[in-house]
This record gives sequence, C-alpha cells and structure tokens, in this order.
Amino acid sequence: MTPEASDLKRIKELIQIMEEHDLVEIQMEHGQDKVCLKRAQPQATNVTALPMPGPAGAVGGTARSTGPAGAQGQPLPQEEGLVEIKAPLVGTFYQASGPDSDPYVEVGSHVDAQMVVCVIEAMKVMNEIKAETSGTIMAVLARNGQAVQYGQPLFRVRSD
Amino acid sequence: MISRVLIANRGEIALRIIRACREMGIETVAVYSEADKGSPYLDFADEAICIGPADPAQSYRSIPRLISAAEITDVDAIHPGYGFLAENEEFAQICQDCGITFIGPSPQAMRLLGDKVQARALALHAGVPVVPGSDGIIKDEVEAIKVANKIGYPVIVKAAAGGGGRGMRVAHNDISLRTAFGAACAEAEAAFGDSRVYLEKYILEPRHVEVQVIADPQGNALHFYERDCSIQRRHQKMIEESPCPVLDQKDRESLAQSALRLIKEARYSNAATVEFLLDKDMAFYFIEVNTRIQVEHPVTEMVTGQDLIKWQLKIAGGQTLDLRQKAIKHNGVAIECRINAEDPATNFTPCPGKIDRFLPPGGPGVRVDTHLWQGATISTHYDSLIAKVIVHQPTRAEAIATMRRALQEFVISPIKTTIPACLEILSHNLYVKNKVDTGFIDRNF
Repeated sequence: MTPEASDLKRIKELIQIMEEHDLVEIQMEHGQDKVCLKRAQPQATNVTALPMPGPAGAVGGTARSTGPAGAQGQPLPQEEGLVEIKAPLVGTFYQASGPDSDPYVEVGSHVDAQMVVCVIEAMKVMNEIKAETSGTIMAVLARNGQAVQYGQPLFRVRSD
Repeated sequence: MISRVLIANRGEIALRIIRACREMGIETVAVYSEADKGSPYLDFADEAICIGPADPAQSYRSIPRLISAAEITDVDAIHPGYGFLAENEEFAQICQDCGITFIGPSPQAMRLLGDKVQARALALHAGVPVVPGSDGIIKDEVEAIKVANKIGYPVIVKAAAGGGGRGMRVAHNDISLRTAFGAACAEAEAAFGDSRVYLEKYILEPRHVEVQVIADPQGNALHFYERDCSIQRRHQKMIEESPCPVLDQKDRESLAQSALRLIKEARYSNAATVEFLLDKDMAFYFIEVNTRIQVEHPVTEMVTGQDLIKWQLKIAGGQTLDLRQKAIKHNGVAIECRINAEDPATNFTPCPGKIDRFLPPGGPGVRVDTHLWQGATISTHYDSLIAKVIVHQPTRAEAIATMRRALQEFVISPIKTTIPACLEILSHNLYVKNKVDTGFIDRNF
C-alpha cells in the first residue's frame, strides 16, 4: 500500500471510530505525522468537555453499550436559558410510544410543561415523561433504547 | 454460579460485597443515591447506577428503581446487604418473580422467621427454649395485662414485625403496661407499618448471644459459633465479640444445636443469625432470627477464617454447603467496635459533617471495614455507622489491648465519633471482667 493510501485507510478507520463512539474530536500523533479530525455538530452550542455523569465509566471491564454512563461527547450547556430535562427514573429511554410511531419530540420541537417528551420503560411499565418546562428542544441527549439512570440528562431545552 | 450481582445497598456493606464478588470473579453493579454520588467505593464496582435522590424511600428502599436498575444492567442476582430491603419479603418475592436470584432466604422462609410470633411458635415446635410470653399477638391492653400477670412482671411489649431494637417497651406493672402497650404499637406502626405486638417476660440483666448459621436449599445447615452482643445502648449494639466469654463448651454446643434445629425446621437457606438471651443461670432463651447477613459478621469471619459473604454468594449460585461442621474451627478471640458519627458527650447526638482527616488503624490483628475516605461528607440521610474496627488475637486480654491501641490510632476529624465511648467501655472494670449484660451501657454511661 502506498503511504497516501495507508493514510487514507487510517483516516477512514478513525472516522468510523468517531461515529461508532459518538466522538466530537480525535487527534493522533505518530512520530512526525499528526492527524486531527473534528466532527460537525448541528446540535452543539459549545465545545467544552463533558464530565462523566457517573463514576462507572472509569472502571474497565464490560463493553456494554447500554451502560448509562457511556461517553456521549455532548457539551455542557453554558449558555443561559438552557435547561436540561433529566430522567426521573431508572430504565430504558424511548423517543416514541412505539417502534413504528413518530418520536414525541425532535430538535426544534416546542414543548410545554405537560407535554410528553419521551417514555422510560421500567419493570415492563412504560412511563410517559413530561417536559415540566416550556421551550424549544435544542438537543436530544439519549439514544433510543439506551439505558438511563436517575438524573441523567435526556434533553436540552431553550426556555421561552 | 452467579455472574453479575447488583448490590442493593450502600456504604461499608456495599463495599464488603463488592470485595467478595471481585475475588470470586463475579461482576458487580453498585447503585447510589445522589447523596452518595462520588463515593470512591462505587469505582470498585464494574458499573454504578444512580437510582434516585437521597431519600431512601426513593432510592435504596425503592423496589421499582432497584429492579429497573437490575434489568437494565442485566444482573442475575441481587444482594440486599443489611437494613433497607434485606428483610423485606415483598422485595424477595418480586426478585423471584422477575427471575433475579435474591441472595438470601426464600420469601416463604423469610416470612416465616421474620414474623417474631411465628418464629417463636416454630422454636417451640423445634424444641428450642423460648422466653415465656404470649401465645400470639396481643389484641389490646386488657389482654396484655392478663398475660403479663400470668407470666409475671417485668414484661416487654415487642413488635411482631420488628427488628433493630425498635417497637419495644418494658413495663413493670399494670399501669406502666397500659402506656407501654400504646407506645410500642405506635412505634411499630411508624417503623414497620405493622402495629401488631406480642408480650414476653423481660429477662433481667441478660446477655445477648447469637449464633451465626448458613444453610443451603438442600437442608444442610452449619453453625459458625456464637457472638456475644451484650454491649448495647438503647438496644443498638456497640461492641460485639466471639466467643461468648461466659459460656462453657457444653452450653455453647447446646446453643448452636438449638439454632441449627430452628433453621432446619424453617427450611431456611442462606445466612441467618439466631438470637438468644442468656440469663444469670446460663439458661438461654430464643428471641428472634435475623434473616440476613449482619453488621457484626466480621467477628465470626475472624475467629473461623470463613468468608460469610462468599458463602452467601455460593449458596445463592446453587452450590451446596460442602463443608463439614468439624472443619469449622473457632480460633482465639475477636472483638468489633462499631464507630458511629455521634457525640457521646451530648447523649450521642448525630454529627454529620465533612471528614478532613481520616487515618484508619492497621497493624497485626486489626481489620477495618469502612467505605469512608478523607474528604467524605457524612450526611443526615442514612444511619450513623461510619466504620467497624475488628481485632483478632489469641486471648481476650490481648484482643482488648489491640482494640484500645487501634482505636487510639484511629483519626476521624473534625466530626465527633463514638471512639471515646468505646475506649471507656474497653477499660471499664466490668467489661474486662465479663460482668456485663444488655443493661450495662444504659446503667453506667
């Protein structure tokens, strides 16, 4: 393989890693060579490091992708007027009422306090989660089918 | 064998269970409330899940949140520790219904022995001596007075669903029994949601002696000798030791066999502690069974060299008790001091706060079980037990000397702790000479 072709292969591998793990930026140095890749983020407002929501991520061991403390690569809201909707339960997050239904909300949706924004399934019971705030959805922070823990941020809302 | 355990508890017992699991290659999931966020012991688990706010009702005692956490982390078993839901039959049943192994007895055995009145009846049936008392629940004051006069004062009113020394009141005559009855019912309702009470003869100046038992579902049961827990303040244990220093070999054997008979009669499996009162004539009387692992289990671990938590995990994982009673030997003397964040100088008021300096003791014969660290903040939400210091030496005199040395070394500042109270007890003439009973602390301190 030519040097340029192997570089390209490496870059493609890095891009794949970024997408798989939802990373925003990756830098790799090898001797004289340096590669720096940044992913465009339509939802991001700031690019500051996100502290891990729980201590579990630090310890190695299982490669469970449903780990609620898995890295999300989303920045912390620094702007004023941004409110997080946090999980009031432990369970599995779903964006819609059923697999064939439309999501309750998306980025750009307007919500009011009583509106259902998602479902958290706990012990086979589907719990409808209300926004409890009024504003516009700026970010969806959890993935469909992801396990979430108590207090985990699910949505970012710009208050009215 | 179990492969992944969720620990439905917090603090030192959660850490204890994580340690046993790690050594057995079992993966661990710890749960925590927002008040325990950032505790270093959570990092030792393979995963940690926040399940709710500080209030135990919405976290450590919330069955839906615990089961939900268990489901999303795909565990095959739950260890309930002690306190919280450890003796909650509903929780044990729900775990079973959800296909999660509950590391403890079956809901049926728990139900049977957890009800103090039923346990008494079972003991009688198994030929285990019981404290003279009512045949069952006492309906009202009138019945209480009738029974009390039959068995003779003083009497103690006790909650049927009770434990942890709560829902109990002593009465010396008909008049005080009226008040005691009402007070005990009210406290029982508040603490356990069950106001049913029964009556027992109040044994004067008894020693509290309990036998550690482990059983498997095949009907095998082994005892791990006894612990003397007479050093209690308002029914809360402060210091425990093994062996009971006043029992002779014959009585010790008799006590242990009684405990085993009761456990087998109840078809119980996993860990249990059978509690007795020992009167001045060395006669013993069964009072209750604790259907869980206990705070003071390290005392037994030190004198037998057996890891009780590992036994719990093995039994729950389907292993039979492949150990012969003869193989469990009792070596030397072990003493445990419970250290609470309370100020002995102000009647043991709780002392929450930040720990700026934390230097636990070490050296030969010393074991410290604690989840605390320098910089930890003791909150008001959970009980005040912050550490357990356990010592093990060939003789009681050496064990006391080591415990004194260890407690003097132990630095926990600036919060107040019960270390000074423990030191006072350990130097008290009566304690050193084994002339104590469950009223010793309340009388002398």
